[in-house]
Amino acid sequence: MNNYIYLRPATLEEALELLERHGADAVPVAGGTDVFVKAKRRKVAPKVIVSLRRLGDLRYIRAEEGRVLVGGLTTLRDLEQSGIVADRLPALADATRNMASVQIRNVATMSGNIANAAPSADTAPPLLVSGAEVRLISKRGERTVPMVDFYAGSGKTVLERGELIREFVIPVGRSPYSQAYWKHSRRKAMDLAMVSVAVHLELEDDMETCRLIRIAHGVAAPTPIRTPEAEAQLVGKKIDAETLKDLGETSCGETLCRDSLRGQAWYRQEIIKVMVRRMALLALERARAKTGQR
Amino acid sequence: MKEILNFTVNGDPVSVAVEPNRMLLDVLREQLELTGAKEGCGMGECGACTVIVNGRNVNSCIMPALEAEGAEIVTVEGLLGEDGRLSTLQQAFIDKGGVQCGFCTPGMVLSAKALLDENPNPTEDEVRRGLAGNICRCTGYTQIVDAVLTAAKKGQEG
Repeated sequence: MNNYIYLRPATLEEALELLERHGADAVPVAGGTDVFVKAKRRKVAPKVIVSLRRLGDLRYIRAEEGRVLVGGLTTLRDLEQSGIVADRLPALADATRNMASVQIRNVATMSGNIANAAPSADTAPPLLVSGAEVRLISKRGERTVPMVDFYAGSGKTVLERGELIREFVIPVGRSPYSQAYWKHSRRKAMDLAMVSVAVHLELEDDMETCRLIRIAHGVAAPTPIRTPEAEAQLVGKKIDAETLKDLGETSCGETLCRDSLRGQAWYRQEIIKVMVRRMALLALERARAKTGQR
Repeated sequence: MKEILNFTVNGDPVSVAVEPNRMLLDVLREQLELTGAKEGCGMGECGACTVIVNGRNVNSCIMPALEAEGAEIVTVEGLLGEDGRLSTLQQAFIDKGGVQCGFCTPGMVLSAKALLDENPNPTEDEVRRGLAGNICRCTGYTQIVDAVLTAAKKGQEG
């Protein structure tokens, strides 16, 4: 690994100042579980690392009316163990429980997971189906980008030089609702998703008609995506075997699966068709369990 | 250019001069001669390098040494009692046959310790999940899980 300057700013202001000052040479790093692996493999050779680990003020999970705020330095382990996330953002809870290992989750952040922009990022589909927004900050100012607009292409985000993720603003569904996330991988831990499915489902008061559904996939296109056609298709319909089968087929049709190291396109498509149905059903069951109805 | 790094290891304060691109694992092994932590993959995937930092188990091979400033670090060498006896957890690993070649053991024991410190009465599933970041090529994990559950029952100290 190359030699680099390692800076440890104590405040967000300091960090932004350092990033501005060092320009293209600077790489902001939080948990480092992606960056240092890349650096050791010589895929990147940072000249100046601006460590964000001391920015404790950015590590929080706050429940507000109708939404959850997650600070940019919140770790995956924080999210995994949070009662707020378990209760209000079940897809994100599902996702963080099954990422990497405890050792990694203890230092890795959701910001890093998103900024690294792997199509397999497990926190992306849950954020997409929640309709999350990302608050960015740099010396030049602040801006908010909806999660659906955050990816610019395979492995690329809209993050500009010197910009950091300050906070995630994650809307909470309108009750009765729930969510579910499935990571399809060979191993139960320490593996990347070969394909993944997140579903956010809101019900009418009859507890069987869909009021709103959002579906997102990982590793089914160059970036994590939503499938709006399928989403529109189920609104106002009763959730049953027939409508779910159509849902899976339509959602799959909106993806761009391809062959890769971890699996082939045809297999990913089959999994998507099944797991869209299963995750919608799981979200339904969870929503019913929450209201006491079984 | 080297920087001075101050932290405590197994209760003892240390001060070392490190290059900024050094990882904690290298500092522990080469500068402090605490060779319990091992380099297996160097990429944070096998867990052989696991140590406990401020109560949390982490992969020291991808943790910049400079991040250890002011931290309390526990390595496997720190589990030995003042009287020279192995901890309840370490003894359980031996009693239950959870050690074969021993390469994964320091990391595995520390991950188990971190697990039990947080959750003194885990289910088998919770043990397996808690140790998912530590690979063992020898045992097939059964004896290791057994050891951790046994230690939990005995009320592990360290």
